[in-house]
Amino acid sequence: MKQAYTWSAIALIVLASTTGDILLSRAMKQVGDVGTLWRQSGLWRVLRRVLRNPNFLFGVLAMTTAFYSLLFGLSWGDVSLIAPASASLTFVTNAVAAKIFLHERVDHRRWMAAVLVAGGVVLLAA
Amino acid sequence: MTFRKYLVLASVTLCASIGDSLLSRGMKQVGGISVNHLSDVILAVLNPSVALGILLLLGFFASYMTALSWADLTYVLPATSLGYVLLTLIAKFYLHETVTTSRWMGVLLISGGVGFVTQGPALTRHPANPHLHEAGCEPAAAKDEP
Repeated sequence: MKQAYTWSAIALIVLASTTGDILLSRAMKQVGDVGTLWRQSGLWRVLRRVLRNPNFLFGVLAMTTAFYSLLFGLSWGDVSLIAPASASLTFVTNAVAAKIFLHERVDHRRWMAAVLVAGGVVLLAA
Repeated sequence: MTFRKYLVLASVTLCASIGDSLLSRGMKQVGGISVNHLSDVILAVLNPSVALGILLLLGFFASYMTALSWADLTYVLPATSLGYVLLTLIAKFYLHETVTTSRWMGVLLISGGVGFVTQGPALTRHPANPHLHEAGCEPAAAKDEP
């Protein structure tokens, strides 16, 4: 039963952080290049554009959910399983979600990068 | 990719790993916080390491958002994962911890992944996607940014 709770928490962390990353990435693409915008209109305008973007607000909400899921997960399972499993799975799910929802061109280089980094994170925690 | 953009990616990497390390050190200095004394969490901010850690994590969030404004998510995430490598090097050479062979293999894999992704373009162009070209984005002329 404890195993089921732990893996449910991992699934929730991965789902929430992937959703958060996708929403934040979409929000910032809608806002535009922050450097250019800052030079053209000033910092205050950049901040207003970011904070008024619904995708940004939902992205932060999803990231907060991921953080609390991690805290709950850590109260049920081992940090040595939950932290690396959720971090490495998130690299792979982000690549899939970015291809589907953000229509990013995820070529062989990016797939290799996602898989290598995910594997590396698992080994670091071993 | 310009030098300024590489600096933003370096800032994401450094702020996240150093911020996490400082928070971890600060919370160990503060000691265990009981569920019955949750107000201690607020007082923990008075610890210099915790305060500096929070500042660095705010810096991480700002630079992460900046990077996402001009680069793909599938570029930014692997490119900034060098933080894991940095933490291992800090553990080995600064904290004098024992780093096992499997951890060094992990460092190699992550470095390989970063090498792979940084060789490619940072941004996918979407000529037909209006979201990407609302105020501030460059025109959709080029296919990919080198």
